[in-house]
Amino acid sequence: MSIQIENISKSFVGDRKVSALQNISFQVEPGKIFGLIGPDGAGKTTLFRILTTLILADEGQATVQKYDVIKDYQKIRRIVGYMPGKFSLYQDLSVLENLKFFATIFGTTIDENYNLIKDIYIQLEPFRDRKAGALSGGMKQKLALCCALVHRPEVLFLDEPTTGVDVVSRAEFWDMLKRLQTKGITILASTPYMDEASMCDEIALIQDGQILSINTPSGLISEFDSPLYGVSADDMYNVMNDLRDHTSVVSCNTFGAEHHVQLKPDIDPTVIRKDLEKSGHENVRVELITPTIEDCFMNLMQQ
Amino acid sequence: MKQFWAFVKKEWYHISRDYRTLLVLIGMPIVQILIFGYALSNEVKNTRIAILDFAGDSYSKELTDKIEASRYFETVTYLRSMNEIDRSLRSGEAKMVVVFPNNFTQQLVHQHESQLQLVTDGSNPNLSATLINYINAITRDFQTRVINEVSLPYTIHVQTRMMYNPQLLGAFTFVPGVIALVLMLICTMMTSVSIVKEKELGNMEILLVSPMHPLAVVFSKAVPYIGLSVGILSIILLLSVFLLGVPISGSIILLYVVSLIFIISALALGLLISTITNSQQVAMMISLMGLMLPTMMFSGFMFPIESMPIPLQWISNIVPAKWYFFSIQSIMIKGLGMEAILKEFLTLCGFAIFFLVLSVRNFKVRMA
Repeated sequence: MSIQIENISKSFVGDRKVSALQNISFQVEPGKIFGLIGPDGAGKTTLFRILTTLILADEGQATVQKYDVIKDYQKIRRIVGYMPGKFSLYQDLSVLENLKFFATIFGTTIDENYNLIKDIYIQLEPFRDRKAGALSGGMKQKLALCCALVHRPEVLFLDEPTTGVDVVSRAEFWDMLKRLQTKGITILASTPYMDEASMCDEIALIQDGQILSINTPSGLISEFDSPLYGVSADDMYNVMNDLRDHTSVVSCNTFGAEHHVQLKPDIDPTVIRKDLEKSGHENVRVELITPTIEDCFMNLMQQ
Repeated sequence: MKQFWAFVKKEWYHISRDYRTLLVLIGMPIVQILIFGYALSNEVKNTRIAILDFAGDSYSKELTDKIEASRYFETVTYLRSMNEIDRSLRSGEAKMVVVFPNNFTQQLVHQHESQLQLVTDGSNPNLSATLINYINAITRDFQTRVINEVSLPYTIHVQTRMMYNPQLLGAFTFVPGVIALVLMLICTMMTSVSIVKEKELGNMEILLVSPMHPLAVVFSKAVPYIGLSVGILSIILLLSVFLLGVPISGSIILLYVVSLIFIISALALGLLISTITNSQQVAMMISLMGLMLPTMMFSGFMFPIESMPIPLQWISNIVPAKWYFFSIQSIMIKGLGMEAILKEFLTLCGFAIFFLVLSVRNFKVRMA
């Protein structure tokens, strides 16, 4: 196993005790992309900091490439790449200076591992003399990834690498991660965006310091136990209110142009359509849909 | 080692690209030297005084001329009656009134004794005391000359000589003082702030997750500041030698060696501050309030330590700047060698080691 986490708990003592992680356990196989999916404040960053040896867990054990995060912290620091959620490069240094600096402190050079960062660096090349602070959000993330990769780490920790980045750059970023995976790097990435989950080999849904489920993206979807219906009509807002008041409806969440509705067992969806039409809604459409990761997350959250 | 120098280089980029801070760092000592050298001083020059001469005879006129001729005094008015003394001091027109009694010359010649009244503005006691001293000196000088004319059998001539600083120039005290102050400020404040800045901006998070030992990270930050401090020290020395005429009587090498030890202890103190706080503001406040003030008050450059109450004298012993100030004053002004400042030198070394050990022990290899 590349990363092994057993019963990790961590709480912070402040004005009141906040339990950031409660009894977390999972493992990541070598060469896989593992996604940690959850909303802000779920405990993702805390877990990253424990695994990158920056903070100590209250309880439990964790290893990265078989090295213990407490005992062998110096060894771990040599073999991992870490990209914190907050842009942490030197804003007053240029792109090239940042990259050179991080290459040197990891005891390597840009040329030595150029083939690893080449795809990403090519995009940064035109701005190599620009100060890092003057880069766009997406470019900053690419530079941060370059700096985290320049020493050819065995395990890559990416804490919300795509937060604040536009849709196109996000997709590009995940393509890059996929390419890195082919070079044998294990990647643990976190994201609040559910749509990115499908890019991972395995995902853990995390909320309030607890893991709701660990599965492959398709496994998670197939675990969704009841049929899900997409409902749309002209007056979407009132449809939602009517659906939520309906006795046969278990849950109703809005996703873009339609409401995703779960019904009680053995309820015929046509009943819903008839009831909505009876309430005066026009162009009512109800059809069976495949759940998304977000549906699974909502479903698990409500349980 | 290569990593270490890469870090030093990076740190140098930070310093050299922050023009404003650099300008303040280099400009501050220059401005301080110029202000202390030309504007602020406790020397008394051209003080306005008034003369009330009831005698109006030869000796009173002669003494008045002598007083006026000195560079300390400038006569603004001649008063006519005692009533005018109060008005003259009150309005601030004069800081002192010299009153000659009736028959000043006559009494002096016939009775070998005469009186001179000095009325001063006591609202500034130090100034008054200084003025009285000056007048006393002038009068004594005058008296000697008169006595010589009369030629009395027994006289004692008091000859005073101010060693090391014959002209009693203020620059001799404040140049070492400014050096101590500026070095303390640059080394301690700049290192603590720049380390804490890395923590605050999250750079430390990445640096910790690297093979470089965290202590190497902070030590390499100190190197450019040592260079900067030595540079600024040289600027101050050049200014004081060529602009203010303060000589470096002792060994320049010894001066730099002692300064280097002081710089290291100040840097270690900055390191220590950076281990106890995570915010730039706090680091700056501690450096300013916790170090600037004691350095100014207890180094002996503004207030003589000998005249402080005993408890404050004890406190002054834990201020590194005091020991440094004394050492460089001895080297620069008195031209003394290592044997004279051995105690101070060893104390400074002790401070440096103590702060270094404490900050290394206090240093955390993790975030919390």
